[in-house]
Amino acid sequence: MAARKAQTKPNVSAEELKGYYRDMLLIRRFEEKAGQLYGMGLIGGFCHLYIGQEAVVVGLEAAAEEGDKRITSYRDHGHMLACGMDPNGVMAELTGREGGYSKGKGGSMHMFSKEKHFYGGHGIVAAQVPLGAGLAFADKYKENGRVTFTYFGDGAANQGQVYEAYNMAELWDLPVVFVIENNQYAMGTSTKRSTKSPSYWERGAAYGIPGEEVDGMDVLAVKAAGQKAVAHCRAGKGPYILEIKTYRYRGHSMSDPAKYRTREEVQKMRDERDPIEAVRSMLLTGKHATEDDLKAIDKEIKEIVNASAEFAKESPEPALDELWTDIYA
Amino acid sequence: MATEILMPALSPTMEEGTLAKWLVKEGDTVSSGDIMAEIETDKATMEFEAVDEGIVGKILIAEGTEGVKVNTPIAILVEEGEEVGDVSAAPAPAAEATPAVEAPAPAAAAAPAAPQVDLTPDWPEGTAMKEQTVREALRDAMAEEMRSDDTVFLMGEEVAEYQGAYKVSQGLLDEFGAKRVIDTPITEHGFAGIGVGAAFGGLRPIVEFMTFNFAMQAIDQIINSAAKTLYMSGGQMGAPMVFRGPNGAAARVGAQHSQDYAAWYMQVPGLKVVMPYSASDAKGLMKTAIRDNNPVIFLENEILYGRTFDVPDMDDFTVPFGKARIWREGEDVTIVSFGIGMQYALEAADKLAEEGISAEVIDLRTLRPMDAGTIINSVMKTNRCVTVEEGWPQGSVGNYISSVIMQQAFDYLDAPVINCTGKDVPMPYAANLEKHALITTAEVIEAVKQVTYR
Repeated sequence: MAARKAQTKPNVSAEELKGYYRDMLLIRRFEEKAGQLYGMGLIGGFCHLYIGQEAVVVGLEAAAEEGDKRITSYRDHGHMLACGMDPNGVMAELTGREGGYSKGKGGSMHMFSKEKHFYGGHGIVAAQVPLGAGLAFADKYKENGRVTFTYFGDGAANQGQVYEAYNMAELWDLPVVFVIENNQYAMGTSTKRSTKSPSYWERGAAYGIPGEEVDGMDVLAVKAAGQKAVAHCRAGKGPYILEIKTYRYRGHSMSDPAKYRTREEVQKMRDERDPIEAVRSMLLTGKHATEDDLKAIDKEIKEIVNASAEFAKESPEPALDELWTDIYA
Repeated sequence: MATEILMPALSPTMEEGTLAKWLVKEGDTVSSGDIMAEIETDKATMEFEAVDEGIVGKILIAEGTEGVKVNTPIAILVEEGEEVGDVSAAPAPAAEATPAVEAPAPAAAAAPAAPQVDLTPDWPEGTAMKEQTVREALRDAMAEEMRSDDTVFLMGEEVAEYQGAYKVSQGLLDEFGAKRVIDTPITEHGFAGIGVGAAFGGLRPIVEFMTFNFAMQAIDQIINSAAKTLYMSGGQMGAPMVFRGPNGAAARVGAQHSQDYAAWYMQVPGLKVVMPYSASDAKGLMKTAIRDNNPVIFLENEILYGRTFDVPDMDDFTVPFGKARIWREGEDVTIVSFGIGMQYALEAADKLAEEGISAEVIDLRTLRPMDAGTIINSVMKTNRCVTVEEGWPQGSVGNYISSVIMQQAFDYLDAPVINCTGKDVPMPYAANLEKHALITTAEVIEAVKQVTYR
């Protein structure tokens, strides 16, 4: 089926490739399960799934080092799994339970892990962009050589505070990679209907920030671009912009009927550009893995995801006292 | 094993829907992501995708059926060679009945017993004093904290080379250098967000707004990012930082530069709100604010910057949050104020004394946490209360104080509480109109006479 040419690129070993397959599959299966739990009424409110965009976070995590930070919007489950947060804790937060990363008080859009340097999970479109520049500000102040990945979407890319952050990030040479996950739809508004300047990566030029467009359905391309961006930041040259072209298969949130695009458009993406299928095909045609090897990975992932769903159902609701805690430090 | 497919909830509020159309039929093989049916909610028609792989063994709810409750089995998915009947072994997922959560009600109004309050003096008796302006006191507080903690830094418009738009940061660039005293572009939303991010990252930023009027551009970062993150993260991370700058009316600068935000910020859980009047409070509270592990809104006043007060000459003078200061004791009425409102309250008390009315004047100093105990104790003695502030009347700080007094000391009141506030208008430019828009000492005196029936 894959119309894309499967190819192994020189910057990856068979083991790494299998790791990316596994990490992307974990996100996909986790999100499918989350969608299912939402349908059963176990997850409430807003729930934005990451299905289709998996190569973005997995590719960039492959370019990160221990101690690097990440911050993103409300479509955040994939980022958390990719940086190593526990699927049980993430799923239990989705169900609003005590075992969740925020003890059930944050929900799908608001999760954090100091241990994994994940700074949220932010529900206000683009607010995380100055926040990410601020994390990078702190790292530069402490001279610790860390880099912050600041993720936002094509929708957020039209918010004013993004450009305020660009200006100061370049002015002060902050070590921040601005990652625009361009999935082509800001909720229901396509990029065509929201801007006449659709090359978001080019907008950094107005502030002196270099950038590039990246194929977000190709995990190796994302990793290579991420390494380049991180090297730029760590060399003290300031921020870097990656506009990663990706695609979300599901609606904006669970309650989105997605009437703004055709079923054929989505199906075509799934059939021809699926990032997980691409790696799978690379592994098989390159004889880096057998069908049985991949089945074993599939099975392992299914078990992790099912266990997270069980944990999320069984973890109790937070005690009522929790209503009044964590308001002040 | 056969699995039941349940009627999904497709929006945060959906309880039932119409199964508009089946896009698969019995015997079809489906895999994850295939669209199985169209379901109409009250808002839209949604496509419903398969989550698991399998064969559609049986369709239980015919298309066109209305009012299908969420979690009703609508079809059965079987594996190759499996019978539909096998499903009976699978326990039907029980609809999760969310138990009605009763939030613990706020502590019921205590019987009117005198609250315990902290009456210790702010500095030890016999401490040497020196005269200082509010401006100097604020600068000294920041400098002292920057000397003792190198994660503290100051950022804002004109704070460094210009030495502060109102000269509050005079000399700080020379002492601490450009790494820690940082001029920003004019970009409040952006630098407030960078400040909050730096606080998440382990620093203790002091973010200066040239005036709090401009902080309206940044209020999303202040409230949604700084104030709420500790809660949303289950206590993992928050924003230990200070947002400071002049607040309220200066003189003749018109509507957009003359708003008092005390009541706005006071409403937000997660924030602490400070509004000092004197130089000693400005200094002691600023030092406490910088050390506090929460976001603190520090509301200064341009007119007060140049006022001189006695400040204790101590190595490390701090004032705790949530402790009001009684400026003068009295018997007939309690006047409660804060910030520049204290100027009118104290002037009024002087004039009232000449007429034989003894006013007790309380300076709240911090609005969140608020020292309600000191107010209640005073009202239990005087039985009358007038509040004084420059902000607008509807939803004012005084409104809140009135409600607290009503709930905790209703039986002690001999007159309704009067809230003296700025007028319910945008600030006019014309000198005579501006004077009328602001609260005046005469209005405070008039209010006191009303509540004391003189």
